[in-house]
Parts: sequence; structure tokens; C-alpha cells
Amino acid sequence: MMTKQASRLTFFLLVAPAILWLGLLIVLPHVEILVLSFSERVAPRVYAFGFGNYLEFFTEPLYWRTFARTAFMSILVTALTLVLAFPIALYIARVAQGRVKAMLLLLCLLPFWVSELVRTLGWMMLLRETGVISYILRAVGLADQPVELLYNDGAVILGLVYGGLLFMIVPLANALESLEQSVVEAGFDLGGSRWTVLRRIVIPHAMPGIVAGSIIVFMLTVGNFATPVLLGGKNGLWFTEQIYAQFITRFNWPQGAAFGMLLLLLSSAIVWLGLRLTGQSLGTTLKQA
Amino acid sequence: MAHSTDLDIVNVTKRFGSHAAVDDVTFSVAPGEFFSILGPSGCGKTTLMRMIAGFEHPTSGDIRIRGRSMIGVPANKRPVNMVFQSLALFPMMSVGENVAYGLACRGVPREDAEERAERMLERVGLKGFGGRRVTALSGGQRQRVAIARCLVLEPTLVLLDEPLGALDLKLREHMKIELKQLQGTFNTTFVYITHDQSEALVMSDRIAVMNQGKFEQVGSPRELYHNPATPFVASFVGETNRWPGEVVSSSNGTVALQLPSGMVTQGTGSVPQKSAVAFVRPEAIALATSQPALRDLPNRFEGRVSAVLFDGANSSLLIETLGFEQPVRAVLPQAGPLAGIEVGAPIHVGWTADAMKVFAA
Repeated sequence: MMTKQASRLTFFLLVAPAILWLGLLIVLPHVEILVLSFSERVAPRVYAFGFGNYLEFFTEPLYWRTFARTAFMSILVTALTLVLAFPIALYIARVAQGRVKAMLLLLCLLPFWVSELVRTLGWMMLLRETGVISYILRAVGLADQPVELLYNDGAVILGLVYGGLLFMIVPLANALESLEQSVVEAGFDLGGSRWTVLRRIVIPHAMPGIVAGSIIVFMLTVGNFATPVLLGGKNGLWFTEQIYAQFITRFNWPQGAAFGMLLLLLSSAIVWLGLRLTGQSLGTTLKQA
Repeated sequence: MAHSTDLDIVNVTKRFGSHAAVDDVTFSVAPGEFFSILGPSGCGKTTLMRMIAGFEHPTSGDIRIRGRSMIGVPANKRPVNMVFQSLALFPMMSVGENVAYGLACRGVPREDAEERAERMLERVGLKGFGGRRVTALSGGQRQRVAIARCLVLEPTLVLLDEPLGALDLKLREHMKIELKQLQGTFNTTFVYITHDQSEALVMSDRIAVMNQGKFEQVGSPRELYHNPATPFVASFVGETNRWPGEVVSSSNGTVALQLPSGMVTQGTGSVPQKSAVAFVRPEAIALATSQPALRDLPNRFEGRVSAVLFDGANSSLLIETLGFEQPVRAVLPQAGPLAGIEVGAPIHVGWTADAMKVFAA
């Protein structure tokens, strides 16, 4: 009896920090935000329950267009990151050996030593009108006047893909590493071309890694704030900016809370859809990540 | 065009750095033959097989399949299919898809491929298994899927890389027979590599014994067993007694060998030098309770049973024999007067000069 009680106490003490962290920092604020999002301002400092904040989202085109644009761009960024990361992960997992492998993973990790803000500022130095790339284009004669590469969708996508690459490479490399070499060889031995082996053996095997990496990158992208603001400028139009504006600039917390809930719904819905389309379960995916 | 050989390996050498994994090997395999390459791990047999499959490339020499050189032909274009040691079934596909994979790679229409896969599964005794997951099969069933996956492509040659290694003993014994029967019904040429001499002896038409990158001897299982050409073959294929000694006289193929104890034995072989080694199979050793029963044998010794190794029909005795440093191993028949012999009992042993093969050491 004594030992059973003691082990129960140990278990409770071990999970307590996790429960506190989840409860106080994630569940509680979200409940608060959920409640807040349903309160309408009827008079100064007077609030009543209502769906006005959500109605506002659907009636004001700027809001839902920004919302749809954020969703679409995030999916695009995720897809681009996947296409770029796959060959890198394939090389790290299946070609590189020993020290080279560790070195390559370290190289992927290296940019994350620096804060996201500083990395993004680095891209600004490269891309702005008076920046490095503009200067080089003029120096080699490809442009006769300064070129502005910042403040467009391309710059935003570039920054977001760069930021997401590592989070795609690691789960992908993990998934690809567990593929037995003899299975790949059997794929060739039975007459498969490189493309067939990739399509029918390597990619299906890596599917949990692909889905895990895509979920992580998509979440990070949808919720990103600094990169679209700094690289997109006025044209960034990221939904997080709308949330920021409601909370900080307009001081309309209930509206910001409603936007926050909508963003949460959006990312959950897209992740669910992604899992359904690829036929993966959340369990196997989490194992891979 | 019918060709008289399915596979010709011509002076093939494979070097990794300065080490020759396969050293100037030449052999041919006839159509429909079950050919085994038998050798200890690290002898180069896997490298040789991977060169035939197209995963490694010979440093020098030629590999021909039905007379056509395979040098420069990639693995997916060779009329050769391989059953891997780990079987390497595709876990992401169903059993039927595994078998149809090779057909799909050839551009066979899907329905046709599925039908042929289904028929092949039927022939290997897996009718109705097409929709199952590979992971839901037993060891023996997975084995058959791996073979069906190759045979459905009707290859000139099937390579098998120790495919029975992962199975438990009972199933392995069963699969040996089944593999041999499958090979017979499909009449496909099999090249089988193994380190297990019993697998090679049971299944093969011919065996090549490989050691340190070279072939020691190529022959039928009986030839290898009864007339080994080298001391390596004599000790690797089958159980044997091994005694080093010195040649005291030799004439017309008979050799008198003196053991370190001074005892002289009579054997066969031609040994050009003094130091030699002799081999006698345990089943070639005659046992008797009294000296006169063995009087026709040139080698007769007296000993005492030091251990009875009971293993049914494979039971043997270890006999502490005067003049021999190590106990002599002899097969113990499970019928007759000696069947119940106990440790410590005195016994007489003997063998003919023919039974003792003497090689230069």
C-alpha cells in the first residue's frame, strides 16, 4: 500500500509542472480569449454577450481577405519548404556518413543561433533598394538603377521558407533514415527507375515525416509576425498583423480575441484536412516529429 | 536464342582499396541449375552476388547473362532478381502490390499486372493473400512473397542472399525443401549464397566453396563432401576430425602420416612436403568393442569414451584415444550393440586409408 501511494505521489509531482504549464499558460488564456471574443462593446466600458466581433470579420472584406491570403500563402510556403527540404534531407539521411552528416545538420541549425528578428533584418540588408543584391545587379550591369526587392510577396515567402527549412529537414531526415537500404535496392532490382523508387517506396516511407514537418512549418508560418511585417512592409498583410492592430493599435481586445480564435480554428482545420488527405494519423506523425 | 549457360563469371575481381574481396573468380551456371556459393562470412560471396545483381561493379573481369555482358548495365535493367537476406519486402504496399511492383515498373497495365500477381501468389500457395499487409504475414509466408515477387518477372536468374537466415530452425528445414521444389517447378536458375553448409548440401545441384575471395572448389554436394580438394573444403563442408602431422612416406596416393605423439596412420592424398593435415569424417570411423572386429583396417586404435553427444540420428561419441591429442569424434549408430554405450567404456576405433584425406598444411 505504502509503495503504491508513494508511486502515485511521484507520478503526480512529475506531471504537476506540465499540467501547471498547460493549464496556466495555454488553456486559461485561451478560455479567457474565447470569452472575450464573445463580448461586444455596447457603450463605453459596457460590454454584452454577442457574436458581433465574428460578424465584423465576415462583413469587412479586408479582414477575411487577409485571412484567406494568410492561409493560402502559408500552404504555399509549406509546399515550397517541403520541395526544398526533401533533397537536402535525402542527402543527409542516405548519402552523408558520420561526421559529414553531423556537420550538415549543424549547418542547418546554425542560423537559429541568431534571433529571428536579426535573421530577418539580415534579409532586409540583402534585399533593400540600397542593399547588397541591388548593388551587385548594378555592378554587373543587369540593372541601371537601384532595384527594390523588399516589400513584396516574394520577399515574404523567401523569409518564411528560410525560417521553416530546419523544421522540415529534421523530421524528414529522421523518417528517411529509417528506410532500409535493401528495400531501396529491391526497388531498383525489380526494375524500378529512380523516379518509381522515389514515388512508390521513398516518399510513402517518409510520409509521416513529411506530414510532421509540414504541420510544424505550417503552424510556424501562419502564426509568424516579424517576417511578414518586416519583409512585406505595408504589403505584408498577414493575419497576425490584424490581431496585433486590434489589441495594440485599436485597443479593441474583444475584436482581437475573435481574430485569435479564428486563426486557431483555421490552423486546426487545415492540419486536420492535411492529415485526412494524406491518410496519416496524428499519433504516427507525432512520433516522427 | 537458347544459350548453353545462363550466367558466366569471367575472371571477376573486386578490390576495395588494396583488399581484394573477390579475387579472379570464374564460373558458369547452366540453365535450370541450383547453384550455391558457400563460404564463411567475409569471404566475398555477398560482394560477388551484388556484382551479379548490379549493385557493385567489378574492378576487372566480365559478368555475362545468356552471353550478354552486364558491364555498364544498371541493376534495374538486368534480367536478374534478388531475394534479399532481410527479404526487403515493401512495407508500404500490400502483398499483391509487392508482387505486381516489378510488372508495373515494366509498364504492364494495372489490371493485367494484378491478375498475374494473383496467379503467382496462387502458385506459391498464398491464394487470396493479395490484399493483406506484408507485416501481417508469418516468416515463411514473407519468404514466399519475396520469391513470388522475383519469379513473376520470369527472370533468367534468381539470386538468393541467405534468405533463410532469419527463420527459426524448424521453419528453415521446411523452407529448404520448399525452395528446392519451387525451383524445380519454375525451372528457373537459382544462385544461392549461404554460410550454412547444410542448406547448400541439401538444395544445390552444384556448390562453389568460397574462401578469402577465391573459389576453393566447385562440384556437386557429394563430390565436395567425399572428395574435398583443399583442407578448407574438407573442414568447412560437413563435420570432420582434423589432425596435423608429418609425412613419413608416400607412394601411389597413399601416405603414411606420423602424428605428434609418434603414432603412424595411413591415409590417401599426394603431399609434396613434410608437414600435413589429415581429415576423417566421423561416420567413416568404425567402432567395435573388441580388437579383432577391426583387423582389416590399416588404422586401429584403442580408446575410452569421454562424452556421448546424443542427437538422435546424428548422435556421436568423443573418444579419448591413445596417441591423439584431441578426442576422436565418431558417429554413434542408434541401433546395434553400441547404442547404449556409456562414458568411460573402453572402445576400439578404426578407419580405412581411403577415409583419411591428407593435405599439405
